[in-house]
Amino acid sequence: MELLIDLVLLAMLALTALRIIFLKDLFAVVMLFSIYSFLSALIFINLDAVDVAFTEAAVGAGISTVLMLGTIAITGRTETPPTKSKLLPLLIVVVTGAALIYGTLDMPPFGHADNPVHEHVAPRYIEESPKEIGLPNMVTSVLASYRGFDTLGETVVVFSAMIGVLSLLRLRKRDADKNPESGIKAHRVLQVIAKIVIPMIILFALYVQFHGDFGPGGGFQAGVIAAAAFILYALVFGLSNVFKVVGPKFLRILAVFGVLLYAGVGVYSMAMGGNFLDYNYLAENPLSGQHYGIILIELGVGITVFAVMLSIFYAFDSQIERANIQ
Amino acid sequence: MLLLDIVSGVLLIFGAFFGLSGAVGLFKFPDFFTRVHAASVTDSIAAILVLSGLILQTNLDLNTAKLLFILIFLLITSPTASHVLAKSARHGGLLSMPEKEQKKEIES
Repeated sequence: MELLIDLVLLAMLALTALRIIFLKDLFAVVMLFSIYSFLSALIFINLDAVDVAFTEAAVGAGISTVLMLGTIAITGRTETPPTKSKLLPLLIVVVTGAALIYGTLDMPPFGHADNPVHEHVAPRYIEESPKEIGLPNMVTSVLASYRGFDTLGETVVVFSAMIGVLSLLRLRKRDADKNPESGIKAHRVLQVIAKIVIPMIILFALYVQFHGDFGPGGGFQAGVIAAAAFILYALVFGLSNVFKVVGPKFLRILAVFGVLLYAGVGVYSMAMGGNFLDYNYLAENPLSGQHYGIILIELGVGITVFAVMLSIFYAFDSQIERANIQ
Repeated sequence: MLLLDIVSGVLLIFGAFFGLSGAVGLFKFPDFFTRVHAASVTDSIAAILVLSGLILQTNLDLNTAKLLFILIFLLITSPTASHVLAKSARHGGLLSMPEKEQKKEIES
C-alpha cells in the first residue's frame, strides 16, 4: 500500500515537473511549483519525515509561492522564448544526467538495512539521544544539538539571503496615503476572514515554535508561519498598514537579534567552560542545560526566519506597489 | 466500536466520492465560474465528511481536537478562497455564461 502511494505521488511529481518545463505561462508555472512542493511534502510524510514535510509545505508551497508571484507581478507573466540554440545546453544536460545515473550504479541497494547511512551515526543518535538530550522529538535533538553548528550556518545563510535581496531591491520610502486601493485590498469578506484567521495563524506559529521539542516543528517552520500571518495582513490591508505594526527597520534589528541570540548561546557555553554550542554547560544538570540551549537557539532561528521572510516580502511588495502607482 | 468503524467508513467513502465529483466537475464544467462552484461546494462537504470520519477513528484525545481545529480552519478558509477567486475574476472582467450570451445578442 505504501509503495503504491509512493508510486502514485512520484508519478504526479514527474508529471508536474514536465508540465513546468513546457508551460510558457509563468503564473501557471508558479502554481505548479506550489503543487510540486506539496506533493513532495506528501512523499516526505509517507517516508515518516514529518519535520521535513512540514518545512516543505510551509516554505515551498507557502512563502515561495507568494514570493514568486511577487516576482511575476514585477517582471511579467510570459516566458520570453530563448533566442540561442538549445543544442549545447541539451548536450550538457544529457552528459551530466548520464554521469549521475552512472554514479547511482555504485550506490548500495535502496532501503537496505546494512546501508552506510543506517550504520554511521544514526544508531548512535537513536540510542544515546534520549539519555544525552532527553527530547521526544529526535529530529530536534539532531538539528539543534548534535548538528547545532550546521543549523547556525543555515540561519546565517537565511540572514545573508535577506542582505542580498535588500541590497538588490530597495524599500521605497513612500507616504502612506499614496497606497493604491486595488480590488483585493478593499474587499470586505477578505478583511473579516483575515481578522479571524490571523490570530489563529500566529497562535499556531507559537505552538510550532515551542512545541518543536516534543512534536514536529521548530524555529524554521514557526518563523515562516508567523511571517505568513503578517503577509496575509499586508495583502489584505495594504503594505502601509502592516508597516505600522512591524516596520522594516525593526525587522532588520530582529533578524540580527536572532542570529546573535543563537551565536550568543554558543559563546556563553564557551564562557561556562564548554565548547562552542555545548549546551551541557548552560545549567547545573546537563539535561536541563540541553533543554535551555535548544529552546533558546530555536527561538533565535524562529526570529531570524520570521524577520527575513517578512523583509523579503516587503522588498518585493513595495516594488509592486511602486509599479502600480506609475 | 464496530458501529463507529462502519459509520466512519461510510463518511470517508462519501467524502472521497464528493472530492472526486468535484474534480470531475472541475474538468467537465463549461466556464470558470461553474468550475469554481463545482470545486468549492464539493470541497467543503468533502472536508466535513472526511474529517468527521477521521474524528470517529480517534479516542477523544488530542488528535480529536487537532482534527476539529483543522475542520474549523478549512470551513473558514476554503469558501473564502473560492469567493475571492470568483470575485477577482469578476474584477478582472471575466463574464459569466448568461452575460456573455447577452453581450452577443446585443452585438448582433
